[in-house]
Amino acid sequence: MTKSFRQIAFISALPFRSAAWWVFLFAGTARAKSPTNIFDPAGTPAHSIVGLSMLVFSVTAAIFLIVGGLLLYALLRFRHRPGDSPREPAQIYGSNQIELAWTIIPILIVVMLFLTTTRVIFITESIPKPARALDVTVIGHQFWWEYRYPGFGVVTANELHVPISDPANPRPTYLKMSSADVTHSFWVPRLAGKMDVIPNRVNTMWIDPQVPGIYLGQCAQYCGTQHAKMLLRVYAQSPEDFAAWIKQQQKPANQDFTGNPVAAEGQTVFLHNACINCHTVAGTVATGHFGPDLTHLASRDTLASGSIQNTPDNLRKWIDDPSSMKPGALMPPMHLNDHDLDAITAYLTTLH
Amino acid sequence: MMNAANTIPIDAQLEPPWVLPSRGTVGMACLIVAEAAIFIIFFVSYVFYLGKSLTGPYPAQVLKLPIFGTVCLLSSSFTVHFAVSALRRNNLRNCAIGLASTVLLGSLFLLGTAWEWYHLIHDDGLTIRTNLFGTTFYSLVGLHATHVLVGLIMLSIALGISLAGRMKEAHSERLEVLSLYWHFVDGIWVAVFLVVYVIGR
Amino acid sequence: MADSTPVMEGIDHSLAVKRPRLEVIYEWITTVDHKKIGLMYVGYALLFLVIGGFEALLMRIQLAVPNNHFVSPEVFNRLFTMHGTTMVFFMGMPMLFGFGNYLVPLMIGARDMAFPRLNAFSFWISAFGGLLLYFSYFGGSGLYGAGSAPDVGWFAYAPLTAKAFSPGHSTDYWTLAVFLSGIGSIGTALNIVTTIICMRCKGMKMSRLPLLVWLYLVMSSMVFIAVGPLTAAQIMLTLDRYVGSHFFDTQAGGSAVLWMHYFWIFGHPEVYILVLPAFAFINEIVPVFSRKAIFGYPAMVAASIAIGFISLSVWAHHMFTVGLGPAGNTFFVFATMVISVPTGIKIFNWLATIWGGSIHFAVPMMFCIGFLFQFLIAGLTGIMLSVAPFDWQLSASYFVVAHFHYVLVGAIVFALFGAFYYWYPKVTGRMMSETLGKWHFWLFLIGFHLTFDFMHVPGLLGMPRRIYTYEAGRGWEGWNLIVSIGAIFQVAGIACFVFNLVRSYFRGKIADHDPWDAWTLEWATSSPPPSYNFAIEPTVHSRRPLWDLKHPEDPDSDYE
Repeated sequence: MTKSFRQIAFISALPFRSAAWWVFLFAGTARAKSPTNIFDPAGTPAHSIVGLSMLVFSVTAAIFLIVGGLLLYALLRFRHRPGDSPREPAQIYGSNQIELAWTIIPILIVVMLFLTTTRVIFITESIPKPARALDVTVIGHQFWWEYRYPGFGVVTANELHVPISDPANPRPTYLKMSSADVTHSFWVPRLAGKMDVIPNRVNTMWIDPQVPGIYLGQCAQYCGTQHAKMLLRVYAQSPEDFAAWIKQQQKPANQDFTGNPVAAEGQTVFLHNACINCHTVAGTVATGHFGPDLTHLASRDTLASGSIQNTPDNLRKWIDDPSSMKPGALMPPMHLNDHDLDAITAYLTTLH
Repeated sequence: MMNAANTIPIDAQLEPPWVLPSRGTVGMACLIVAEAAIFIIFFVSYVFYLGKSLTGPYPAQVLKLPIFGTVCLLSSSFTVHFAVSALRRNNLRNCAIGLASTVLLGSLFLLGTAWEWYHLIHDDGLTIRTNLFGTTFYSLVGLHATHVLVGLIMLSIALGISLAGRMKEAHSERLEVLSLYWHFVDGIWVAVFLVVYVIGR
Repeated sequence: MADSTPVMEGIDHSLAVKRPRLEVIYEWITTVDHKKIGLMYVGYALLFLVIGGFEALLMRIQLAVPNNHFVSPEVFNRLFTMHGTTMVFFMGMPMLFGFGNYLVPLMIGARDMAFPRLNAFSFWISAFGGLLLYFSYFGGSGLYGAGSAPDVGWFAYAPLTAKAFSPGHSTDYWTLAVFLSGIGSIGTALNIVTTIICMRCKGMKMSRLPLLVWLYLVMSSMVFIAVGPLTAAQIMLTLDRYVGSHFFDTQAGGSAVLWMHYFWIFGHPEVYILVLPAFAFINEIVPVFSRKAIFGYPAMVAASIAIGFISLSVWAHHMFTVGLGPAGNTFFVFATMVISVPTGIKIFNWLATIWGGSIHFAVPMMFCIGFLFQFLIAGLTGIMLSVAPFDWQLSASYFVVAHFHYVLVGAIVFALFGAFYYWYPKVTGRMMSETLGKWHFWLFLIGFHLTFDFMHVPGLLGMPRRIYTYEAGRGWEGWNLIVSIGAIFQVAGIACFVFNLVRSYFRGKIADHDPWDAWTLEWATSSPPPSYNFAIEPTVHSRRPLWDLKHPEDPDSDYE
């Protein structure tokens, strides 16, 4: 099964890779140093889309050059010049042959485009799932992403870690997606096309980054005030790094505060505040589900769904008043005094 | 200055007589298409949500065939047709009788719907917010009943004019346009009956 | 140019008595004359063009640089919602219905529309809808101060519009305003269809209708089928929000996707409803300035009807990313690609009309030429979007925004400008200034291309739409700055246009009844036409009655 997956994915890209040189007609685009450039694919779905898009672009460019060229020619050749005869030009009402020709040719072009498109649709959507595939459940929230790894018992937020997929022995990540509130959309351009994340509905897509690194994206369906800051970060890791990450995430929350009394106090403050109503910290009484899981908060690079760097300073500001950093975020200001704020911040920064 | 007679030739003899459809009929046909589009969406919602309600009551449990209402409403199409034909033949008395019967039958239909809803709400506990069935049922049947009500108001006005002796044979086309609307409302009921009470149960 | 057409009736305006202002206002408010109602529609739409444009300008200032703080996210979200809703429902529809109202009876030799009072009612109820939408800025406050203007996007996806996620009344202002606009649209469309079918002058068989009239017939027929689903969906939304029903309530098993289907079953035909009148203007203006009859009239009619029908079946190409499954996606890819065939036929026919003609580059024609190139490009980016896998990347990105603005502005607004310059002499009896017109054209053309050509690139680089700001370092910065600069040129162009409109009314060269040497019936009556349009009902024998009069040795009726 994995072999056919590999074969199909490869074969689909082959005829289109040869046309890849067309990509440089989009002058700024392909060479643009953009981490979200759709013409800089890093996974099979994105690759097959680029291949198809090159074909479509070539066809449409050709049509534009021919029709636009004829139009330009006509405007120049048949423009009225002052010395022209005052008689009206010959009135041509139509021509059956010409009209038939320019009906048939577009129909043929449409048929060709349609068949190639259908092939890519079925390849991406109906390909059999390899047994080695990793399953991740993605839940969209206003305005953050929840990730669950059912096979490993891991729950995390905002940073999706996946193992890289070796084309010889594919291990794609299958994302089962739904929303807890309104409609969102999961879009990491370099890896795949987007898929909407809809409440009361489960959508599935797969990604298979082949090179380790961070792949960026963001929510692509307007979901409310902070739609713009619902960013996506996909961490593609080598199998060893991924396994290590999983192991770390499976552990319950850090309880070792030796030499850090402020953090110890912070844990107490945290567990006696409303924080526990919305957040989960594994191994404690905090089991809220409305907000992101904080068990390994300190292991993440960013806060607030990728929009803020995860530093103690930023964390403190965030807890004090989230809307000052991300206006419209659903976490309310906690109205803590400075002492408690410092303590909780110190505590949370120990949650690796 | 007026030299139109020289410049725009009127040689009507060479062309066949210029007859165009009546405005009222075409206008009403357009309105019917637009209203049908609205109704179709409510039908689609009803069918889409069949079997998807999370809780009861369910259609098979609480819906009974509204035979009485249906007979009244469909007969009212005959009576309104009778009224229009009567008016065309300048039989003003029969026209009034036809209109009065139509209004009566239409009102009986509405009363029947009201009776059905009363029992659904009070005996079966089905409201528009109970479940998806309640939502789609009340909205579809309610939208139809609203259109019946509007039709009844128009027909009552026509009846009033007729009883006051001011309805003439020349008005027969206008009455026919109104009757088209009424036939449309009946047609929608046939669809509701089939989709909600027959197939949907 | 050939001999001018004899005028049907000359009117000596110097004899007119100067009437009190109040009387004039009263006449306009109570009028049922299609020409006055048409002008009110157009004036109303021009006002909203400026307001909607201002909203766009504010958005572009905010987006010119990353992480900008020109407006807050809440304000930005209201701006894009109001901009879209305004431009579609309170600029596009009224403008096009206004032109249709004015021109259709004149072009078919009729005295007025079929239902003059319904005509007035439709205008006033649409106008009220627009006022209601803007009243939301003042009156929309609701729970937690979360009110004011709607901020759910012009397509108002569920369940974002549910009471839980949009408390307050802002969404309700959207729903009600658009609902009223829909009623007005159905009323006017009904009027147009009935007028065309039932009030044509003698000899004007359907096969002799001017193409503008055909296109308005198809467009109005589409309105009946397309507006209903939106009206129904809005009733359902309001029931959900106030009576507790569950049409789109995902917590109770309702479906968010159902709203999308209903909206786009309306939304896609709606954009064809907007573009068909643009085709109508091109069909009238291009032949006159190429001095040739339109090429392939029967094919143009057939293509228009085909576009009308097919456009009802393509809606889910707005939903390729919803997960309809390969079969569903494939069907909508097919239908969307098929519609490019009749659309392409139209472009080829316009090309063939120009070919072999004698092209005069007056301002109306310049705008039409802009239309031809720009509509071609817009259609081609549309084909790119119809390829579902490509759309999985491009959907909801700035590529789509660029594509649809290419159609809405590059095609429809350009055609509208052409129509303004072309018919202004008929409406007012004066010519617009050619010099100012050329300034308008070039400024707006530069601005349009700066903005909307370069807007495609951020989409290809992964920038989604409806974001109030964006991260630096994604490669979007420079492009967004260029896009925003283009907006300034467009403002300058529109300023020239408005100035030209007003100034020409008082100082423009007096126009006679047929300044362009055209061939359809509206040019046979005076400029402006008398309130009864034609003193004697005309009789026509071909598609170009005035050509027959001007060329009695070679009338069209010999060939058709």
